[in-house]
Amino acid sequence: MANESLAVEEKSFYEEGTSKRTGLLGWLTSTDHKRIGLLYLIAITVFFLVGATIGLLMRLELISPGETIMAAQTYNALFTLHGVIMIFLFIIPGLPAIFGNFFLPIQIGAKDVAFPRLNLLSWYIYIIGAALALISLVLPGGPIDTGWTFYIPYSVRSTTNVSLAIFSAFVLGFSSILTGINFITTVHRMRAPGMGWFKMPLFVWSTYSTAWIQVIATPVIAITIILVILERTFGVGIFDPALGGDPLLFQHLFWIYSHPAVYIMILPAMGVVSEIIPTFARRTIFGYKAIAFSSLAIAFVGYLVWAHHMFTSGISDTARAIFSFLTFIVALPSGVKVFNWVATMYKGSIDPKPPFLWVMSFIFLFSIGGLTGLVVGALALDVHLHDTYFVVAHFHYVMFGGTGTIFIAALYYWFPKMFGKTYNIKIANWGVALFFISFNMLYFPKFILGYMGQPRRYYDYLPEFTSLQVISTVGSWILYATLLLVFGNLVYSLFKGKKSTGNPWGGVTLEWHTSSPPPLENFHEIPKVTHEPYDFSQLKEMKHES
Amino acid sequence: MSHNEHAIANEQHVHRDDTGAKMGMWLFLFTELLLFGGMFLIYAVYRFQFSDQFRVAALELNTSLGTLNTIILLTSSLTVALAITAIQKKNKFFAIINLVLTLFFALLFMVIKYFEWGSKFEHGIYPGSEELLNKQNGEVLFFGLYYVMTGLHGLHIIIGMALLFWILILVMKDKITHDNFVKMENSGLYWHLVDLIWIFLFPLFYLIH
Repeated sequence: MANESLAVEEKSFYEEGTSKRTGLLGWLTSTDHKRIGLLYLIAITVFFLVGATIGLLMRLELISPGETIMAAQTYNALFTLHGVIMIFLFIIPGLPAIFGNFFLPIQIGAKDVAFPRLNLLSWYIYIIGAALALISLVLPGGPIDTGWTFYIPYSVRSTTNVSLAIFSAFVLGFSSILTGINFITTVHRMRAPGMGWFKMPLFVWSTYSTAWIQVIATPVIAITIILVILERTFGVGIFDPALGGDPLLFQHLFWIYSHPAVYIMILPAMGVVSEIIPTFARRTIFGYKAIAFSSLAIAFVGYLVWAHHMFTSGISDTARAIFSFLTFIVALPSGVKVFNWVATMYKGSIDPKPPFLWVMSFIFLFSIGGLTGLVVGALALDVHLHDTYFVVAHFHYVMFGGTGTIFIAALYYWFPKMFGKTYNIKIANWGVALFFISFNMLYFPKFILGYMGQPRRYYDYLPEFTSLQVISTVGSWILYATLLLVFGNLVYSLFKGKKSTGNPWGGVTLEWHTSSPPPLENFHEIPKVTHEPYDFSQLKEMKHES
Repeated sequence: MSHNEHAIANEQHVHRDDTGAKMGMWLFLFTELLLFGGMFLIYAVYRFQFSDQFRVAALELNTSLGTLNTIILLTSSLTVALAITAIQKKNKFFAIINLVLTLFFALLFMVIKYFEWGSKFEHGIYPGSEELLNKQNGEVLFFGLYYVMTGLHGLHIIIGMALLFWILILVMKDKITHDNFVKMENSGLYWHLVDLIWIFLFPLFYLIH
């Protein structure tokens, strides 16, 4: 690739934009996928911290039984907001829109995504959707209090601003669809010479599978949201039993989207794990094809399990048994991945840098989340555990312990590439350790509380639950402080950090072949791919190049 | 394409890839199908549950107006296809005529739809009306679905009209030519989809008695 003198002259994408505009306007009108990725990064991180702050407040309310710092209605609004922000504004767009945008084109050796202008439009639609959600908070009527699942009939009866809030989810869905279309087309059309399907890095595979779910599942939530809005405005009757409608249909339609959406959230994270482990174990990934196909398998089977959210809603026993069985099947491709990751480390030359430690933390937390998923997926157990803290704990272990952890891991892995700076390794290590401890402190008691019968979404509880609730709340304080430390470390390094080399971790996928930060069109010349994606024998050649 | 040609093509439009653009459009059409798919699913459930009452309600719809609208929409699909062929054969004039005709048919469809909906409203049949609420549940749902589905379809017609109007301007400005017409082709695809959905809506609401 580039030799030393060229690399010095070459401007990075920070210095050279797609248009002649400079400064803030140059960013807001840029069609460069890397800049758009960073625009998403800023917006999404802000919403993540807002969502986390709301979570902190909820935990504070729960430190003692009865009303502590807020009334019941405020609590209802807060848990809804926490859910809406974390699901629709953080975790669904999180990894694909930030890291997918930034790295998917680079990893397949492309100059940009297939539709760069559409890509920028997706960001604006995302911001509009977020703005609508914020506006719905302050309008008369008050913030939405239905929970993020918007269940009928309460979402029709509630006098809060349900229509606007769920319309914002509709708009965000649009952004998600457009990003999905863009990525699928990019992977099909823009791969560099030699980049066959089975030479693609696994992050590309997982983002590609995710994009398919985004395209196929999101329209279903769109129509469901439209129907709820129409129901509220005109009283059409489609979900109203008094007029012959069936409220259960809402739940079906909602979960036909929202269950696959869970895989929109976790699949890209699994892709990042498959990138980080080989790099730090200096060993090619174990079972490349198995991991690639298991992504597709998860995307496919993920469609067929939605009714496991409805085991106590009164659907037929046959349906419940079938959906329970199918739910167990999703565990297979997920298990395939976990075993392959662990097998990759076996006899590897492991270098436990912070991104790798985050991944270790992920494997523990995600395994707990995944296995308890089987517990609630089992029909008989779910009847007992449905709508309790157990489900809340399971969900947070999978989503926060899974995707949230990997969101941070990905930031720590690609930070030097994105910004060309290094961060403080010692503080980063402390971040992982504190995160792991406080995370378990915050969420593990919820498994026990749920098993003892504490329902979710209550702002009050029985006095005998106090000690576990207090442990959980104290955990939330440490976790929140840890998050500030984790992000603070990166923000500090952004301004004061030392300059990073092009390939600080010794990665071999294409993003490590270009300079840090990359130039406007990613590569000085279009790369020719001759190696397998995780063939570390190329590290020697790469050292010669730089 | 040789390296030189590549460079020239890149200068004109950095990301020109017609196959890619069409692929993106097909994916988008797929999402549209799924959007309506949710509605068709609900229709199927209620048709199964209230088949007799659906039959009664369907008798109130004006089959001849529905048939007329079907013919109009099918013809508009033809004209948009003719326009695309015309542009490929460098016949700008014929392309413009056909695009204008398509827009005219689309408008006609909406006008007829307006009168159809209007006469229902006059008879007091609309969501939440007293007249409708006195009917059986199956009839309420039939008309609820009728308004939601044809309304959503009508919205798509309006979006399609805006799209084709934009294409018309591009053709007149020579921005769409015989060797660069993928935008027009994609808009045509969108129009065919809108047409196709109507082809399913028509029998489901007007023909099955």
